[in-house]
Amino acid sequence: MWQQILPGLRIKIFLTVLLGVVYPLAMTGISQLFFPHQANGSLVTAGGKVIGSELIGQSFTKPEYFQGRPSNAGANGYDATASSGYNQGPTNKKLADRVKAAVEQFRKDNPDYHGPIPADLVTGSASGLDPHLSPDSARAQAARVAKARGVSLEQVRELIAQFTEGPDLGVLGEPRVNVLRLNLALNQRFAKPQAVAK
Amino acid sequence: MTSIGILQIAIFLALILICAKPLGAYMARVFEGERTFLHPGLRWLEVLTYKAAGIKEDVEQKWTHYTASLLSFSIFGFVILYLLQRLQGFLPLNPQGFGASNVNPDLAFNTATSFVTNTNWQGYSGESTLSYFVQMAGLAVQNFASAAAGIAVAIALVRGFARQEKKTVGNFWVDVTRATVYVLLPMAIVGALLFVSQGVVQNFGAYTEVATVEGGKQVIAQGPVASQEVIKQLGTNGGGFFNGNSSHPFENPTPLSNLLQMFLIFVIPGALTYTFGKMVGDTRQGWAIFAAMSVMFLIGVFVCYEFEQAGNPILSRLGLQTGATAGQSGGNMEGKEVRFGIANSALFATVTTDASCGAVNAMHDSFTPIGGLVPLFNMMTGEVIFGGVGAGLYGILLYCILAVFIAGLMVGRTPEYLGKKIEQKEVKMAMLAVVATAFSILFFTAVSSVISFPEKGYWNPPGAAAANLNNSGAHGFGEILYAYTSATANNGSAFAGITANTPWYDLTLGLAMWIGRFLFLIPLLAAAGSLAAKKKIPATAGTFPTHGPLFVGLLVGTVLIVGALTFFPALSLGPIVEHYLMHSGNLF
Repeated sequence: MWQQILPGLRIKIFLTVLLGVVYPLAMTGISQLFFPHQANGSLVTAGGKVIGSELIGQSFTKPEYFQGRPSNAGANGYDATASSGYNQGPTNKKLADRVKAAVEQFRKDNPDYHGPIPADLVTGSASGLDPHLSPDSARAQAARVAKARGVSLEQVRELIAQFTEGPDLGVLGEPRVNVLRLNLALNQRFAKPQAVAK
Repeated sequence: MTSIGILQIAIFLALILICAKPLGAYMARVFEGERTFLHPGLRWLEVLTYKAAGIKEDVEQKWTHYTASLLSFSIFGFVILYLLQRLQGFLPLNPQGFGASNVNPDLAFNTATSFVTNTNWQGYSGESTLSYFVQMAGLAVQNFASAAAGIAVAIALVRGFARQEKKTVGNFWVDVTRATVYVLLPMAIVGALLFVSQGVVQNFGAYTEVATVEGGKQVIAQGPVASQEVIKQLGTNGGGFFNGNSSHPFENPTPLSNLLQMFLIFVIPGALTYTFGKMVGDTRQGWAIFAAMSVMFLIGVFVCYEFEQAGNPILSRLGLQTGATAGQSGGNMEGKEVRFGIANSALFATVTTDASCGAVNAMHDSFTPIGGLVPLFNMMTGEVIFGGVGAGLYGILLYCILAVFIAGLMVGRTPEYLGKKIEQKEVKMAMLAVVATAFSILFFTAVSSVISFPEKGYWNPPGAAAANLNNSGAHGFGEILYAYTSATANNGSAFAGITANTPWYDLTLGLAMWIGRFLFLIPLLAAAGSLAAKKKIPATAGTFPTHGPLFVGLLVGTVLIVGALTFFPALSLGPIVEHYLMHSGNLF
């Protein structure tokens, strides 16, 4: 019987070395060589400093920036060491209250927008780190951003159109706008928000 | 549903169909010990593994020895993984300085059980609990090992049907080694690099601290993710590097990576049906099973998609758009990512629970009641719709035994499958597996719904086991039912609102995983042993053909009816009543 059992320990030790050490080290080496940008987190720099990752959503609260979706990652949202959704079920009162409050807040912050509320805009993402908005959710905020920056609505809309990504390979996934990249483009294209007279 | 959504589902299934034959034929050669195109490059590694582990390649085992080897493989894996977690503070590659205090003994037991049984239920958040070393040398290794073990058992059962008058069913160690060296590892290497190209991280750096655009601080978790991500899917394990699992942009950054993830989950289970046909000498038998699986898959995915797209009427009353437009996906977007939208979230949820994967790219807890019932029911069938690597095939073969048994009862003839008489022993073993898993799900759910502990006590600090829920009412019951279903079915996905990291849940869920894995596997290996010893009887005019549409229909019927009869009462108390409550606007 030992003949059937002993290899269990030996093979596990061997596999731990092969699959647990050699394989990930080799993958890391090759990745760092061929895809250093992606392998290290697709970090974005502005003014010589790393200001985030294009894949990881970050918190925007000021009116002159497009704001991402509600996030339950960490206590204040968009904590990239604590990814999490709200995990509230469809009949949960907290969900209904939260979405209601988000809709009211959005209407208050965006008095010039009268259209319907896109489904993604006021609902929490799965990871809490969703870097995207749907194009409609970005357009719903365009008037507010334009006003806060003192530029025309048309200019902001053009920028959204420019930053709208279609489905991958023309068919996979949903059209989307990367919030961080769009906001960086705003800063680049238009007056710095600090310079805008209030 | 949108036409582009339906098209994506069709593309996905077409990819699995296209790969079934070439990969299935390749695996048949690997497990028959024939040379393949990868042997010149990889045979040395296979031989090295045998040498290192003291394995004799040409010795075959009886089913009892095969089972003993499987248990030894699993138990040593459990011990190593338990120790690695508890000792992580003394091990390298730990830039965040996690220690034993992050992993208490009952959590370490739960996680070690979870990864050894191919469940990958997670009572912890990866990014705030485990060091890079434990993730890659502990969890990722188990991802390979438990998948290889699943394939081995399936192959042993197939040999039971393929052979006649033999005492042995193969050699467990050889099967595990071949599954790892020729199937899992090469595919993992290619897949990992594809993931990195899409943006999945692969580094050993400390978490990156950045000053955000608005002047805040954000710390971004890093790690050797891609190498683990690929085997998490390919081995239908499902345990995420991060808490957000495949919804986390560093695990699953693009719709293309998302398609690759789902492809990796289904590709081996799909191909194994062909391997089965090839090994029993009649590929039509494999295609019949593939067809039955596809039918059940399509039913699930379209029900889930339909209800998720219809959305939550409580939220639409607040002014939310539920219809899809060119500029937004509509539907129930709570707990879903914009890049995946409704179609890819519903598809992923169906795929991950058809297979025993359990990775999620959307939070199932926030699905609509019927949208969430689909993953729940998929797991309750025993995950035989393509299923886990290996586990899906041996699970569906169990249902094949039941299906021909039922057909035999209807016409009053001793049932046969693939020329083997299905007799008392095989049916008993199949029923033992079905009853053990159903018991585990329903018994633990019932107990956890009512049991109460002293508040702030050891067993469950919140007090009653039902106090650990994030949702009340029918949905809260659904969280408990989902947890034990997921653990027993070795899936690992969750209605994640439940706080399951207390001694009560850690231990009972761990127990459910052991039951679900081994009280399923061992009866099937016993059946394999008994089948291998039997003589094949030639087909006659009275033999019920098991490769035609009639058998496919009977097989689908058996799976759905066994599942429905066993679990309908529990499902009515959970998602079904919740569906009506939601439509009448009740909140809890």
